[in-house]
Amino acid sequence: MTATALACPVPIVETERIQLGHGSGGSLSAALIRNHFLPHFGNPVLNRQADGAVVSVPGGEVVLSTDTFVVSPLEFPGGNIGSLAVHGTLNDLAMMGGRPIGLTAGFVLEEGLPFIRLDRIIRAMAAAAREAEVPIVAGDTKVVERGKADGLYVNTTGLGLLDSAFRPSPERGRVGDLVLVSGALGRHGMAVMAAREGLAFETTITSDSASLCPLVEALRTRAGAGVHVLRDPTRGGLASALNEIALASGVGIELEERALLVPSDVAAACEMLGLDPLYVANEGVLAALVAPSAADAALAALRSHPLGADAWVAGRVVDGHPGMVAMRTALGGLRVVDLLPGDQLPRIC
Amino acid sequence: MKYLSEYRDPAVALALLGRITQTATRRWVLMEVCGGQTHTIVRQGLDQLLEGAVEMIHGPGCPVCVTPLEQIDKALALAGRPDVIFTSFGDMLRVPGSECDLLQVRSRGGAVRIVYSPLDALDIAAAHPDKEVVFFAVGFETTAPANAMAVWRARQLGIRNFSVLVSHVTVPPAISAVLDAPDNRVQGFLAAGHVCTVMGWTEYEPLARRYRVPIVVTGFEPVDILEGILMAVRQLEEGRSEVENQYARAVTRSGTVPARELVARVFCLVDRAWRGLGVIPRSGLGLREEFAAFDAEVRFGLGSIRVAEPEECRAGDVLRGKIKPPACAAFGTRCTPLHPLGAPMVSSEGACAAYYNYGRYRVAAAEGVAG
Repeated sequence: MTATALACPVPIVETERIQLGHGSGGSLSAALIRNHFLPHFGNPVLNRQADGAVVSVPGGEVVLSTDTFVVSPLEFPGGNIGSLAVHGTLNDLAMMGGRPIGLTAGFVLEEGLPFIRLDRIIRAMAAAAREAEVPIVAGDTKVVERGKADGLYVNTTGLGLLDSAFRPSPERGRVGDLVLVSGALGRHGMAVMAAREGLAFETTITSDSASLCPLVEALRTRAGAGVHVLRDPTRGGLASALNEIALASGVGIELEERALLVPSDVAAACEMLGLDPLYVANEGVLAALVAPSAADAALAALRSHPLGADAWVAGRVVDGHPGMVAMRTALGGLRVVDLLPGDQLPRIC
Repeated sequence: MKYLSEYRDPAVALALLGRITQTATRRWVLMEVCGGQTHTIVRQGLDQLLEGAVEMIHGPGCPVCVTPLEQIDKALALAGRPDVIFTSFGDMLRVPGSECDLLQVRSRGGAVRIVYSPLDALDIAAAHPDKEVVFFAVGFETTAPANAMAVWRARQLGIRNFSVLVSHVTVPPAISAVLDAPDNRVQGFLAAGHVCTVMGWTEYEPLARRYRVPIVVTGFEPVDILEGILMAVRQLEEGRSEVENQYARAVTRSGTVPARELVARVFCLVDRAWRGLGVIPRSGLGLREEFAAFDAEVRFGLGSIRVAEPEECRAGDVLRGKIKPPACAAFGTRCTPLHPLGAPMVSSEGACAAYYNYGRYRVAAAEGVAG
């Protein structure tokens, strides 16, 4: 290479294989669904790409949602794949305004999985369902050869009833809405990362995995139709969830950096690894876009429950930059909070 | 968070901005060397707030960005071998080589693992004696001690299935290269605080004298950077060209002596190619002869890989501070984090990624285009 040669390769467009980034909840995930699933499965219900599907049935509407859990490690501080599978699907129903009435559970078990471990996971699953007062009404098990699955995978599907007066949906964000968030960010993602093999920093971070149904019920009774959008910022974190809402509603969202609520241990772990807590997964936090007139009632409703005791105002829906999320920095600058292509990659130094 | 939040205090930062503006009698041109500093500057919009008083040019201090394509291709070749577990820091995984990146090698069956320390890679080697474990030892002087320690420990423990693919670079020759360029506009430097935590600043004293430029060892938070800028501006206004230390909470003049000694025992200075800057004599670190057994290039006979370097990406101009990322015709269109043309768009410290991730709204707004 000479001193004047500019060293950069041609672009690489991987079109042939699935990469891990396709499961990150970022723009690669969106492209996977848009380019491979929607062309074949597309229909008016699915095309809305919400957390759950609102389906008409004689006498009204119900909401259906399904989610598959592949978390590694299977057990982590604050929960395990079983409790997560129950909370995850309950929360997806709740984000559509649904009141869950039943769950199904499908298991892919790997040859060699110790029963003692399986039983712990099943017990946690049962406890989570019992606490939410939602029965697991059907199930399925399959076993695959050793090496074909990472211990076990779980799929849960849930059915919920809808109240026609309470219909939050990702495309209902309006200019002026406030963005409320029910709790501190980043606990689930960092708890799992800390527990994952090969990352042995000492930490006490526990997952926030929890059913959000009580919070949604509080919002429904006290803020009702003033709640325009609900979203649980799981993989991809709050940044990705708000980007999806901004796109679906065709509005801009402006966050306040000074308002960000991140527990100090999560913030420290993120600093160390070079991760942005805005993109770290949560499993017991919801974001709500609420009409200004209902904002005080909604905030009080969230704070009335222990899960929402720390609820905070993250920002608001603005007139400018439709489809984009921006953040007002502590110094008064404005920067973009973009959708990441794939997972965040820890940095070198 | 203690030792962090006070360096992000908006009131302190705004007061420093005011002092910089008052002190500067003309618009000075400074270069922040480290990509971590670039990200703070763009993320916080410091460059905009400084407009008029100081122009910030972004330097070559992103280890991912300056790693030459040839080394990336060697990494890809190793990662694709069935007998190899290839270990790397996370941000090297999406850097494009000639044909693919490490994430794609992994999706095709290559054993590629993210580690947070080279010592983790050594643990993997100990746990998999039937595999060859290679660690991608990239970075400036900041990462060199840990990488040196991994090689040292491997020899001490007799772990023979461990080797490192070395692409280490050092800061002072890069500063010289920037200053020697005929079209150089840089009048002062913010040196990279973490590099100096290891190395101290004695190496910068001859540079400051020879080129008559102020060099301020600077941290990474907004208050650090603004304080570093103020110190550099004061020197320029007073006609001084000294090495000063803003990052006193982490850096001493002689650095961290045991770390420097370890680096000197394991590595020696070698000529190294920099992406965008070309080969700079004695600018890199290579393994000393006595550690050649741990050199992946020797072990796997990689010397023969030669690559042609396509030209559309202007990473070189960006890394030399000749242009700002948005001035590149491919920026944000043919080159995005999803489909990068070059490393600066991928790395968490890359200048192009900083402008894309944090600055796109500003660019759009400046052009009067929503979204």
